[in-house]
Amino acid sequence: MFAANQLKNQHLLWRAGFGPAVEQLADLAQFSHGEFYKALVKASSKKPGYINVADNYLEGLMMGIDQVGRVQQKDLTPEEKRKMRQKNREGVRNLNIYWLNEMTNSSSQLREKMAFFWHGHFACRNLNVFYQQELLDVIRRNALGDFGTLLREVSRSAAMLFFLNNQQNRKGHPNENFAREVMELFTLGRGHYTENDVKEAARAFTGWAATAKGEFIFRTGQHDYGEKTVLGQTGNFEGDDVLDILLDQKQTAKFITKKIYRFFVNDQPDKQKMDWLAERFYESKYDISGLLDDIFTSDWFYDEKNIGTKIKSPVELLAGIQRMLPMKLANEEALIVVQRLLGQMLFYPPNVAGWPGGRTWIDSSTLMLRMRIPQLINDKDEMNMTPKDDDDQIMGNKNEAVVNTKNKTGAKGTKAIHASVDWQLYLKHFDKTSREKLINSMAGILLQTKTAVDAEIIKQYTDESGRNSFIQSATIQIMSTPEYQLC
Amino acid sequence: MVLAHGSRLIAQSFHMYIKRKQFIQIGSLATASLMLPKFLKAFENKAMVPPGNKVVVILQLSGGNDGLNTVIPLRNDLYYKARPGIAIEKAKALSLTDEFGLHPALSALKEVYEDGSLGIINSVGYPNPDRSHFRSMDIWHTASQSTEYWSSGWVGRYLDAQCNGCDKPTQAIEIDDILSLAMKGNAMNGIALKDPRRLYGTANEKFFRDVLKNRSVETGEQSVDYLYKTMAQTLSSADYIFKQSRLHPTTANYPNTELGKGLKTIASLIFSDINTRVYYVSLGSFDTHIYQNMQQQRLFTEMNEAIKIFIKDLKANNRFEDVLLFTFSEFGRRVSQNASGGTDHGTANNMFMISGGLKQKGLINTMPDLSNLDNGDLKYNIDFKNVYATVLSEWLHADADKILGGHYDSMNFI
Repeated sequence: MFAANQLKNQHLLWRAGFGPAVEQLADLAQFSHGEFYKALVKASSKKPGYINVADNYLEGLMMGIDQVGRVQQKDLTPEEKRKMRQKNREGVRNLNIYWLNEMTNSSSQLREKMAFFWHGHFACRNLNVFYQQELLDVIRRNALGDFGTLLREVSRSAAMLFFLNNQQNRKGHPNENFAREVMELFTLGRGHYTENDVKEAARAFTGWAATAKGEFIFRTGQHDYGEKTVLGQTGNFEGDDVLDILLDQKQTAKFITKKIYRFFVNDQPDKQKMDWLAERFYESKYDISGLLDDIFTSDWFYDEKNIGTKIKSPVELLAGIQRMLPMKLANEEALIVVQRLLGQMLFYPPNVAGWPGGRTWIDSSTLMLRMRIPQLINDKDEMNMTPKDDDDQIMGNKNEAVVNTKNKTGAKGTKAIHASVDWQLYLKHFDKTSREKLINSMAGILLQTKTAVDAEIIKQYTDESGRNSFIQSATIQIMSTPEYQLC
Repeated sequence: MVLAHGSRLIAQSFHMYIKRKQFIQIGSLATASLMLPKFLKAFENKAMVPPGNKVVVILQLSGGNDGLNTVIPLRNDLYYKARPGIAIEKAKALSLTDEFGLHPALSALKEVYEDGSLGIINSVGYPNPDRSHFRSMDIWHTASQSTEYWSSGWVGRYLDAQCNGCDKPTQAIEIDDILSLAMKGNAMNGIALKDPRRLYGTANEKFFRDVLKNRSVETGEQSVDYLYKTMAQTLSSADYIFKQSRLHPTTANYPNTELGKGLKTIASLIFSDINTRVYYVSLGSFDTHIYQNMQQQRLFTEMNEAIKIFIKDLKANNRFEDVLLFTFSEFGRRVSQNASGGTDHGTANNMFMISGGLKQKGLINTMPDLSNLDNGDLKYNIDFKNVYATVLSEWLHADADKILGGHYDSMNFI
């Protein structure tokens, strides 16, 4: 039972967070998963701080826009525009690194993990760092709250309104993009509304807009005050009314629950369990914490078939490695490059449907790179891959953007990640483990799968010159296996 | 596995004499030519791959290439009026007819036009166009409607249909470090590589091989089985592609650019016995919001130099009839220039079809109508999915309806 208990605890920490941290190693065998879950909930209960990464220059520009009233970006000189784009790009990059660090280091693991889920659910691309950090704040604040509030705040965010073209949604000239995605991707899912529902809902959202500074504004002059019929209900609806109608549908609870089940429990949906969860989620008026309690305190969550079967997303992989092996990176840019190469860059989802996840993470290129990452950390290998250009990011100014991607990793001598790993706590944990048992003991902590690469093979590729170097090199090799990609 | 017709059958029956066991070990009929006696190899050298073995090379012009400065309406005043600063003068363009010409950097395309190996399809697009790069590229890659989000690509689904149960996904190869969405199927993925010598260049290679060897063969459906299967396919594909690339490496003098190197690799593989039907390579960025003419000139020069040698190479090796190279971009650009000497994101665009085996040549449909615009944008009149359907069914003889998830009529260019 000893090992089984530890495996269950690790299972919880991988799913309800970004994996066990080296500081938790001693506790893994001591406490029950119930106790671990309580601790996770407690640590995640405090309100998260607002992440502000925008620099003064950008803030000045944004304030300037605001003070002159309706002055739009087109009044900026080309030089100012260029600089603004660049600063925004750097800002979103800094936001990415900052949040990834939170995922790695914060004790609010449950909150950050849930926020990470919502980041994929309310997938949004926007090149403006202010809008992005505002949306991130909405998601992190409401991650464990009630889904209705989260939905309403996201729907009023500048990032989403601009991304889904609601600025162009006006009385007489509807743009249905926003209304369609709210129904298809945020609440009901495909097949649970008609084209006419989309059209009518779009009318209700006319006038919903944001100022250049990113504040929500209801432009009454653009709103269609006429009568609409959405999902069988008729009235002079505005945007909030439509959101209420959507939340009223039990299908919304089912849709969200299914997605959450597949994200936290198993890619293979289990209808019976999802129905039970959805029913309670709906009855609780969309209490997200309650739904998570139902999942993580259930017995079935710890069933063998749910353990070690999910393919870690690239961000989970990166955060997970760093939680076990705390490290300082001289070349933080590498974290961005690896995200891009592996197909999951925070704040740049592939489309509004988010990252499809599961097996889509894996192809020849991504799998081989994933298994090389531990060696990269060790500086035994070097980055010799180039991500594809993202034209939405570089906006025709390749030279500006290249600095942030290709050159830093591509230039001579900078291909290495230059990580300095703090091995102390990790090594200490194995103080009392006999040499023969080391590899299996480490594999037990690092892997969630039933099978592991034969210890003899790992051993052949270790540095046996000393106990510490043996542990370190074996750890790197165990992390370089297919099994480590799973949690 | 798709076997070629004609003279390949002779080679095939010859192979039957080779020890069956050896044959199976190698795992692919295609590699069997490795075992051909030397004199037969020499004999093979000119026409290694018998005619009929059709191949597609997809050249993605990333960033939204400006089609109007690519195929230029030389006598259209509306064109010159909309672009006072960036229109290509008639005298500078490479005239193909009185009416239209090519960008001055595209001399190789003028040559293939003249020998009847260039087709130009105008006004290609899709309903409700999206102006964001990633979204529109997504739509081209997946072949979805603009209101749908698919997570598999059209070439990937071709692989699904074609390569069911095959041990190596080498039927579709992308020259890149990263695999494009277009190349990802629901069950199979294509393979991405920049250099056959270094598919996954890593210090840990021996370790990976040992890890794989140690794994008892399992055909389970668990995630871990899927990872091992992908790993096994990657390593065996790497070996296979590397060997094939060395069978008949091209000796032509390709330019030392990314695209030049990419097409050189593709040519070497086309001349080999590999089972690859689709090659994918990208060039960019064509996102010419500012100083368009300078940027497009530079990119087209790179494209032209590489394509010129590639075509010459294919002709010299008697493969030009069987190779179709086509270009596409996620969208065209607006008809009017912007204030920075560039153009902004537009909609419909043209595609080049280059092959010695075209049935229709030159302009396949009329030039875009600049007097009938949609908010300053060209209207599409050919859905790109019809082009895909044509390539899939007429060139690759695959089930286009199944792959594209609906019926799109074939065109007549091949």
